[in-house]
Amino acid sequence: MMCNLKVKFKDVEFKNPIIMASGTFGFGREYSEIYDIEKLGGICTKGLTLNKREGNDGIRIWETPSGILNSVGLQNPGVREFIESELDFLRKLDLITIVNIGGATLDEYIEAVSIVSNEDVDMIELNISCPNVKEGGMAFGIKEESARKIVREIRKVTKLPLVVKLSPNAEDIVRIAKVCEEEGADGISLVNTFNAMAIDIRKKRAVFKNIYAGLSGPAIKPIALRMVHEVCKNVSIPVMGMGGITDWKDAIEFIMAGATCIQIGTANFINPRAGLEILEGIKRFMAEEKIESIEEIRGIV
Amino acid sequence: MARVISNKRILKDVFVLRAEGRFEGEMGQFYMVRAWDKFPLLSRPLSIHDIGNDYIEFLYRVQGQGTSILSLLKPSDEIKLEGPYGNGFPLVKGKIALVGGGIGIAPLYLAAKKLSQNEGVDLLDIYMGFRNEAILEDKYKKFADNLYININGFITDDIDFKKYDYIFTCGPEIMMKKIVDMAKDYNTKVYVSIEKRMACGVGACLVCSCKTKSGNKRTCKDGPVFFGEDVIFDV
Repeated sequence: MMCNLKVKFKDVEFKNPIIMASGTFGFGREYSEIYDIEKLGGICTKGLTLNKREGNDGIRIWETPSGILNSVGLQNPGVREFIESELDFLRKLDLITIVNIGGATLDEYIEAVSIVSNEDVDMIELNISCPNVKEGGMAFGIKEESARKIVREIRKVTKLPLVVKLSPNAEDIVRIAKVCEEEGADGISLVNTFNAMAIDIRKKRAVFKNIYAGLSGPAIKPIALRMVHEVCKNVSIPVMGMGGITDWKDAIEFIMAGATCIQIGTANFINPRAGLEILEGIKRFMAEEKIESIEEIRGIV
Repeated sequence: MARVISNKRILKDVFVLRAEGRFEGEMGQFYMVRAWDKFPLLSRPLSIHDIGNDYIEFLYRVQGQGTSILSLLKPSDEIKLEGPYGNGFPLVKGKIALVGGGIGIAPLYLAAKKLSQNEGVDLLDIYMGFRNEAILEDKYKKFADNLYININGFITDDIDFKKYDYIFTCGPEIMMKKIVDMAKDYNTKVYVSIEKRMACGVGACLVCSCKTKSGNKRTCKDGPVFFGEDVIFDV
């Protein structure tokens, strides 16, 4: 039986719903040396800002039970350098390219999105949920009013399909998702990492220079799944679900919770071929269950 | 997936693990190693200690959860190895010293083996510093013109820098920094093998950034071996 894995996310057609999450897949080059990444549906780029950022000092990664804390701090080459050096490589691949944009100020977001909007990219993922930068980032994604303002302003400067990436640290994630929909977002992606911390009891101080860092991995999956479910029930724009997906069963759960696409992040660090194996697992499941199209199971819970 | 051939305890917390198979790898490169499913979440980056036609070896110290699991592996157990990753030591000629501190001697065995086979290497000295007791002296001795061991002191005090064109070093950052600083007075080029916490191991996630004079570099992809003078050490 041929199962149909194609999904339409608003007007963008993905050959399958597997997308590599921002910050875990670089700009695709490294993993393309390991396997045929064109088998995937899409890639979200490393979070880009208007200008180059060196990222945070000190420890950037810490393992926790079933999870990792990261504090990279949006190290990236800046949007112009990305366009100059990385975009061509992505464009040549049969993949949906989603450019993830972050920033410290509204003006920075606007300028970065404007620059990217002149280029041949498929979608923009607006990151209003990064917990690892002192200014901006997650600050825009906590309260309804600030989320509304940034989506409204960004919507004015881009015609590209716009996905807003939400923070699980939001005061009311359903409310924020609705606000994004009202302001013209084409889709929602959630969840980014949970604001968390670790303490080094011998050094008697926080592990991370920024004190707090972002928690991802299987530890967050049940909460992420619930949030994706809630958002899917309350908005009519499509959703990319993520948060601790490490195998095909997790991926199916997110689809049954209502996600149109799913993003794979931390799992890439457990197994560099995670995306591919999740895709194969979904195909097997569909064959076993005699599911012809993924639409048949989306949002059935 | 590979099979463990042996996993020998050398000291209370130091082991040499040998796995079966034909593996690629140059001196100073590493593998992402795991012998468990999803927990702990990350693989452990271990530099190649030795490589042969039908085996690969890792010398490691038990440091946390991952290496504890590794230390329990028995012959014929399964182990996952992804790699080889990173940039290793350059294959150079002339007069060379290898300087290892503690478990930092691990990648220098393959380096000694490769360099000793390289024509044009006129002198190959090995320096190893340990806090309590020396390990694997006999193993390293066979490739060295001279082997120097220092216990509970500063191995850097033993090095006659003017004798060498190149120094390859791996160990505590403070030791490597001192070697880089001391070598500046001579015409000795130093290559350092940097250790950082890693996640992806392939250069995508940027958690293992190493500060250098030309900005942040990825220890896993651009390193782990860097030209010593380029590195801005944390210590």
